[in-house]
Amino acid sequence: MHQTSASFWLRVLALSVGALLSTMFAFIFFSATEALWVGRGLSLFGAVWSPQRGKFGIAAMIHASFLLSLSALCLGWLLSLGCCCVLRGLGPRWLSAVLNVALRFMTAVPTVVYGFTAVFLLVPLIRDALGGSGFCWLAAGVMLAFQGIPTMTVVMDGAMRTIEAETSLTAAALGMNPIQNLNRVVIPASRSWLLSAAILGFGRALGDALLPTMLAGNAVQFASTPLDSMRSLTAHISLVLSSNIGGGENLSLLLAGGLLLAGSAAVSLLALFSKQETHGR
Amino acid sequence: MNLKKALIVAFVLSLFTAAAFAAPLDVFKDIKGALDIAGGTAHIPVMKQAAQEIMTAYPNIRITVAGGGSGVGVKQVGEGLVGIGNTGRPLKDSEIAEFGLKTFPFAIDGVAVTVNPANPVKEMTSAQVSDIYSSKITDWKELGGEAGKINVYGREDGSGTRETFTEKILGETELAPSVNVVASNGAMKTAVAQDKRAIGYVGIGHIEDSITGVVLDGMVPSQENAADGTYKIVRNLYMNTKGEPTGLTAAFIGYIYSKDGAKIIEDNGYIPIPKD
Repeated sequence: MHQTSASFWLRVLALSVGALLSTMFAFIFFSATEALWVGRGLSLFGAVWSPQRGKFGIAAMIHASFLLSLSALCLGWLLSLGCCCVLRGLGPRWLSAVLNVALRFMTAVPTVVYGFTAVFLLVPLIRDALGGSGFCWLAAGVMLAFQGIPTMTVVMDGAMRTIEAETSLTAAALGMNPIQNLNRVVIPASRSWLLSAAILGFGRALGDALLPTMLAGNAVQFASTPLDSMRSLTAHISLVLSSNIGGGENLSLLLAGGLLLAGSAAVSLLALFSKQETHGR
Repeated sequence: MNLKKALIVAFVLSLFTAAAFAAPLDVFKDIKGALDIAGGTAHIPVMKQAAQEIMTAYPNIRITVAGGGSGVGVKQVGEGLVGIGNTGRPLKDSEIAEFGLKTFPFAIDGVAVTVNPANPVKEMTSAQVSDIYSSKITDWKELGGEAGKINVYGREDGSGTRETFTEKILGETELAPSVNVVASNGAMKTAVAQDKRAIGYVGIGHIEDSITGVVLDGMVPSQENAADGTYKIVRNLYMNTKGEPTGLTAAFIGYIYSKDGAKIIEDNGYIPIPKD
C-alpha cells in the first residue's frame, strides 16, 4: 500500500515536470513560428544582418553556432576520453590524482572566469602567433571545449568505473592486464555513455552564451577559417536582447531561440534512438 | 583607553566635517530605500561615484548601478525594472510615447576613434575611418603605419556610442560584416589596449593611457575641445525616468545637477550640463 502511494506521487511529479517542459517547448515553438509569420516568411533566414536597412537574417549566426559547438564538442570529447583513460589507470598514478583534483576544481570555476582568462591569455596568444584579431572561432571553440570537459569526464568516468568493477575480475582471470581490460572491454562496453557525454557536451557548447560573446568576436559573417570572427545564436541573442525593443530584431531572437531548442532536442532524440539500438542488440 | 577616546573624537569630528562640507548631500537626510540604475556604459563612472558618495554619507540608502547599453536603459526604465535608465542618445519619440519617459541630459561626452598607443598612426580623416569600417582600407600601411591587417572593433546595435559614431563619422557608409562587436566601452578599451593593430571608438571619458584618441580631421579629442565645440563628434548623456521622478530618484538626479555632481562629472572626463 505504502509503496503504491509512493509510486503514485512519483508519477504525478514526473508528469507535472513533463507537462511543464512541454509547455515551455510549445511556447518557444509557437513564438518561433509566429516570428516567421510576422517576419514575412523566410527573410529571417537571410544572410544579411543590418537592422538599419531592415534586414534581419540570422543565417550567419546559425552557421556559427553549428560550427562552434561541433568543433568544441570534437575537441572536448577527445580530451575528456583522454582524461578518463588517465583516471582509470592509463598513465602514472600521480597524474591521475592531479587530474582528479583539477577536474573537481574546474566544475566550480564560473564561466566568466574562463572568459576573462582567455581574453587576457589565449586571445593575445592567438593574435601574436597566428594573426587576426584573436577574437575568433578558435578562441571560443577551445574555451567551450575546456568548459565542457568536467561534465563529460564525470559522465564517462562514472560509467567506466561501474563497468570496470563488474569486469575486472573476469578479465584478470582471462589473463588480461588492467590496460587491456580498459581498452578491449570497458571502453567498448561504455559506448552508449560516451555518446551521452557527447550529447551533454554538445548541448552545453550550443547553449553557452558568455564564452562566444566574449571570445568569438561577434562579427556577423560566415567564418571560413578558425581565425575568423563569428557570432553564435546565443551571443546574438544576448547582444540584441540587451539593446532593442520590439521589431525585426526581436523576431529574429524568437526564431533563434526556437532553433537552439530544436537543435538540442534533435540531438538528444538522436542519441536516445541510437542508445536504444545499442541496448536492443 | 586613550587610543579609543582619540578614535571616538576623530569619528565625531569626521561626522561634523562631513556635515559641514557635504551640503548637496543634505537632501538625502530623511530618505531611505533603494534605487536601481542601468543602461548606457559611458554613464557608469559618474553614476558609481555619485552612488558611493551618497551611500557613504547615508548607509540607509542603497543604490545599484548596472550597464547594459542605452537600449537596456530605455527598456528597463520603461518596464519599471529600474528607477533611472541611462542613454547615450536622445530618446526616440516612439520610446517617450510608449513608456511616458522624462529625460534629463546631464553631461556632454565626445566619441573618439581610438588605437593602441604602440600604433604610429595618430591622425586620420573621417573618410579614412569610413573606409576602414567598410573594409575599403584593410592594412595599416595604407595609412602610413606598420604593415599589418587592421583589426576593426565596433559596438552592438543600439549602443549610444555607436549611434553617435555612425551619425557623425560613417554617415551612409555601409558597415562591413567582418567588424568585431564588443558589448561595452570597457570591453572596447580592453580590446584596443591589447591589440597593436586595433581600431575602435569609445566615449572620450574612457580615454586613458592604455588607449590613444586619434586626431580626427585635425580635431584633438579632449574634454576641453568637446566643451568649447572644437571637437565636433559629441553627444549628450541622459538619465531617464518613467514619469516625473519622486523621492530618492528625484534626489539623486538633483545631486547629479548639484555642484558636487558637476565635479564628479568633470573628474570622470565629461562636461556637465546645467539643469534647464
